[in-house]
Amino acid sequence: MKTSLLNDIIFPGLIITAQILAVVVPVLISVAFLVYAERKVLALIQLRRGPNIVGPFGILQSFADALKLITKENIIPSGSNKIVFILAPIITMVLSLAGWAVIPFAPGWVVSDINVGIMYLFAVSSLGVYGIIMAGWASNSQYPFLGALRSAAQMVSYEVSIGFVIITVLLCVGSLNLSKIVMAQETVWFAIPLLPMFIIFFISALAETNRLPFDLPEDESTLVAGFFTEYSSASFVLFFLGEYASMILMSSMTVILFLGGWLPPFDIFPFNAIPGVIWFTIKIIFILFLFIWVRGTFPRYRYDQLMRLGWKVFLPFSLFWVVATSGFLVYFDMLPK
Amino acid sequence: MILYSLTFYLFSSVAVLSALMVISAKNPVHSVLFLILSFVNASGLFVLLGAEFLAMILVVVYVGAVAVLFLFVVMMLDINYIKLREGFLQYLPFGALLGIVLVIELGILFLTDISSNINSTKMPLEPRIYDIENTKMIGEILYTKYFYLFQICGIILLVAMIGSITLTLRDKGGVKRQNIDNQNSVDALNAIDKKKVKLGEGIQ
Repeated sequence: MKTSLLNDIIFPGLIITAQILAVVVPVLISVAFLVYAERKVLALIQLRRGPNIVGPFGILQSFADALKLITKENIIPSGSNKIVFILAPIITMVLSLAGWAVIPFAPGWVVSDINVGIMYLFAVSSLGVYGIIMAGWASNSQYPFLGALRSAAQMVSYEVSIGFVIITVLLCVGSLNLSKIVMAQETVWFAIPLLPMFIIFFISALAETNRLPFDLPEDESTLVAGFFTEYSSASFVLFFLGEYASMILMSSMTVILFLGGWLPPFDIFPFNAIPGVIWFTIKIIFILFLFIWVRGTFPRYRYDQLMRLGWKVFLPFSLFWVVATSGFLVYFDMLPK
Repeated sequence: MILYSLTFYLFSSVAVLSALMVISAKNPVHSVLFLILSFVNASGLFVLLGAEFLAMILVVVYVGAVAVLFLFVVMMLDINYIKLREGFLQYLPFGALLGIVLVIELGILFLTDISSNINSTKMPLEPRIYDIENTKMIGEILYTKYFYLFQICGIILLVAMIGSITLTLRDKGGVKRQNIDNQNSVDALNAIDKKKVKLGEGIQ
């Protein structure tokens, strides 16, 4: 078969670019509104008013902040390792967007419906630590370096229990494909039979995205700003966007694994008339609200307590649940075929 | 077709170049970063072969866990670069010998018929599409035919883990540890000890 430049490269390339833009642009816009929502919710929790000047109800605040940061001067410390210093925020941002390639928003609404979707998400989220380590090391400064070390240990620890939680879900599904994971929840969402794993996954997701109460890598009361202390203007924006985009990514992963993805809660008339993508968004917003609620409510963990929780509580418990779930499925002959 | 070959050359050339940079970079941290780039490209090659499960495992295990700890250790070391260069000539003969042995072995594999029997050099650039997912294929072989070998691997890892824990676990005295159960079981009755203190005498 003769390859034609137009049909084999340019058209598929254009289609893929359009698909990527159709996912990335809404994600970036929702990051802006997530930051606004976080500030508003925290303000309500603390009986303040929050941003209320820029635009109606302050809704354009995040865009104003982004503009302000981008127009500022980008300072690169003279003692830093310049290439790694610039590369670190780019890697963080790219990785937090790369995961969206396999997220199914509704039946068939997915850029790349690969067989190992959940493994891909797990791999991408475990790579996220590199942005932080590289930033901490390249800054050539004590506080960022301490932040980077904390983050490396923390993310590796919590990934182990996330892995076990994913294995438990996969035992019930029998496939690594994200669309199949969602379809397996048609009868009941996994959050109900696997409730303890859902809770463990949510807490580990907080740790994985460095959110409060596990934000030790950027602990401002002891480490100034942690790994991004030396960053300013556009490179800081990239870290900020990356953190919030990976927050949305982790909550969509939670929704797909435990809350039935695009499926309506009941398959009866008023619920199943609403399109799947709206259900998916509503569930993501719910999980994100939990993220913010936790931030407004809990004090920060001490580092040794964080490690203890990861290794001595979550790991044995999730390991036990993997064995218990597989035992249950084998004994009652309920393993997916 | 042309896209497959282009991506193949992209992944393989970046993998080879970054592997070269691993041994030639002056800064050890840069070496580890190039090693990671090499791993990621190798996993891209696995995807091209249609072995997507292996590709993801490579990223999760090597890049996501092993290389992180590796980077962690290299960053913590206080390395004297000049001293590091001094050993170069000393280790050169041994390193060259290892390299030559490896090249000869690969050459034998390519030149003889062994390779054509196992059909490893004639892999198509395009991924072959099978009816079953390769995760399932690996599972069906690993847990039936190679079950005992798989279990032995697990035991070796367990022994290595216990070994490294016993090597590093030192019980230094004077470390205060938090006992959360004790802290939680404290209540007003046993936390405070009421004593009658006589004036001018204090507690004995």
